Amino acid sequence: MNTKQKSVGLSDKTSDIILVVATAVIMVLIAYPLYYVIVASVSDPYDVYAGKTFLLPSQFTLEGYAAVFANSNLLNGFINSVKYTVIGTIYSVVTVYLTAYPLSRRNLPGRKWISIFFVITMYFGGGLIPTYLVVRDTGLLNNMWALFLPGGVGMGNVIIVRNFFENNIPKDLFEAAEIDGADNWTIFYRVVVPLSRSIMAVIVVFSMVAFWNDWFTALIYLQKDQAPFPLVLRGILITTEAMSSMTGGMSYAESNRISELVKFASMIVAAAPMLIIYPFVQKYFEQGFMSGAVKG
Amino acid sequence: MSTLQKTARPKGKTLGRRIIENWQLYVMLIIPVVITIVYKYIPMYGIQIAFRDYKPARGFFGSEFVGLKWFERFFTAPTFQRMIVNTVKLSVFNLLWSFPVPIILSLAINQLRFKRYKRVVQTVLYAPHFISIMVVCGMIRIFLSPYGGLINLITGQQIDFMTVPEAFRTIYIASGIWQDAGWGTIIYLATLSAVDPGLYEAAKIDGASMFQRILVIDIPELIPMIVLQLIMAASGIMSVGFEKVFLLQTQLNKATSDVIAVYVYEQGIVDHAYSYSTAIGLFNTVINIILLVIVNKIAKKAADVSFV
Repeated sequence: MNTKQKSVGLSDKTSDIILVVATAVIMVLIAYPLYYVIVASVSDPYDVYAGKTFLLPSQFTLEGYAAVFANSNLLNGFINSVKYTVIGTIYSVVTVYLTAYPLSRRNLPGRKWISIFFVITMYFGGGLIPTYLVVRDTGLLNNMWALFLPGGVGMGNVIIVRNFFENNIPKDLFEAAEIDGADNWTIFYRVVVPLSRSIMAVIVVFSMVAFWNDWFTALIYLQKDQAPFPLVLRGILITTEAMSSMTGGMSYAESNRISELVKFASMIVAAAPMLIIYPFVQKYFEQGFMSGAVKG
Repeated sequence: MSTLQKTARPKGKTLGRRIIENWQLYVMLIIPVVITIVYKYIPMYGIQIAFRDYKPARGFFGSEFVGLKWFERFFTAPTFQRMIVNTVKLSVFNLLWSFPVPIILSLAINQLRFKRYKRVVQTVLYAPHFISIMVVCGMIRIFLSPYGGLINLITGQQIDFMTVPEAFRTIYIASGIWQDAGWGTIIYLATLSAVDPGLYEAAKIDGASMFQRILVIDIPELIPMIVLQLIMAASGIMSVGFEKVFLLQTQLNKATSDVIAVYVYEQGIVDHAYSYSTAIGLFNTVINIILLVIVNKIAKKAADVSFV
């Protein structure tokens, strides 16, 4: 082996060890705040604020979680969020596929112009108020659809999916299907949809995350009782409205204790579903971004 | 195959015939096109209320034309200068601090040789990206609380950081790095995955250390993507992350947290000053477009990479 030349710089083994240690430290920095909130959500708040829960829970309790789902506002918000996420994701995937498939067909007359028509919306928009006025004038104020339609078609996702169609589905399959006399629609649901499950999974997760975490659209367009979970959280975490509806009938100290517990527990309830889902499609992320970036 | 292809799709077909053959594709596009026209293009057309005195009864088209009245009002607003300075400072500092982090992280992750461990690192680093900005801001406020907040507990102080204007930018930028630096590595890792493994082998045989391999192989591979990302980031200088500023703003940190985007929201949605708010939004967009063009030109000259 080239022992003479290997003396340049650190040996690979040393570099490997440094890398592993460094990435481990970074992982702790990223994960610790979340871990701390989880621990705090099952600990006595007075112990949390006294600094007794850096590593392990103190006086373990699930009262916080019970209180989250016992509170009518939070429960209502949670149900709203589930509803918006399910319908929004279906809306998003359907519109993305309906757009991406025709744009991936090279023999479609006018493809370039149709493509430009959609891509422009990635860079230019009407802005907050003109969009708000159109939403209002089309009768969508206080209507759930105001969360989905003003976003139009998710163009980032369209590009990822279109490039997947163009690059990852063998051209022979299209030609074979055409020779068999299959029309565009048949090719779409017999060939393209079944063969693009991996990228569909990515789009589904991206859409779910977007709708599950969205609150600002709801703040602008919807009424209070239509608020999704994160918007209800705003009242608890940011503007700290009184939680009397939940803590009525308790002593002051007890209601204080419960409201502090709810702060931590509700954050975990908001974050957990998406944190559980994304690792399942993680291996497709790079693929999606690669095909999206190369020809975007 | 090629002869079959020719029989299946003869070249001499007229445009009309090709359009008819593809009618199903056009039908598929109807819903996306209608939604895009109504909710994307009509609002763009509606931007003209920035030059009108919008009255709901008269609509986009009928409201009285007032020229640059709203822009003048904005330029002479008492907080105009503060908002511009805050917006630019927050964006530029954020770009300077946040931009290099995913690049460095991806160079490190890419060199990890134990695949399982690499997956775990990636999973952990991506996690914060999937958390709602609302939860992140809730965590920030709780951690920075003077009464038992994590940071004050660790440092043994009792500072109410949310009321300190000097702390606002640091809070905004640091939490942004925490949330999105890991996610930002994806695009670079995808680029690095295209590197021919033979190159590393050859470099190893030549006695190049890991650091030298990164320097000579990985970084040149990343440069075009870095430039591309930089162009996109620079063109968004005027659009700070509205949601986070909005959620982290308090009456007492406004000296540094008062940015244009929040003003657009307050004027438009809260105070119903529709035309005025639209004018400010338009001003913001125009500056972003100018920046995009300038940065794109510089990048074209410097690295022969163009985006638009």
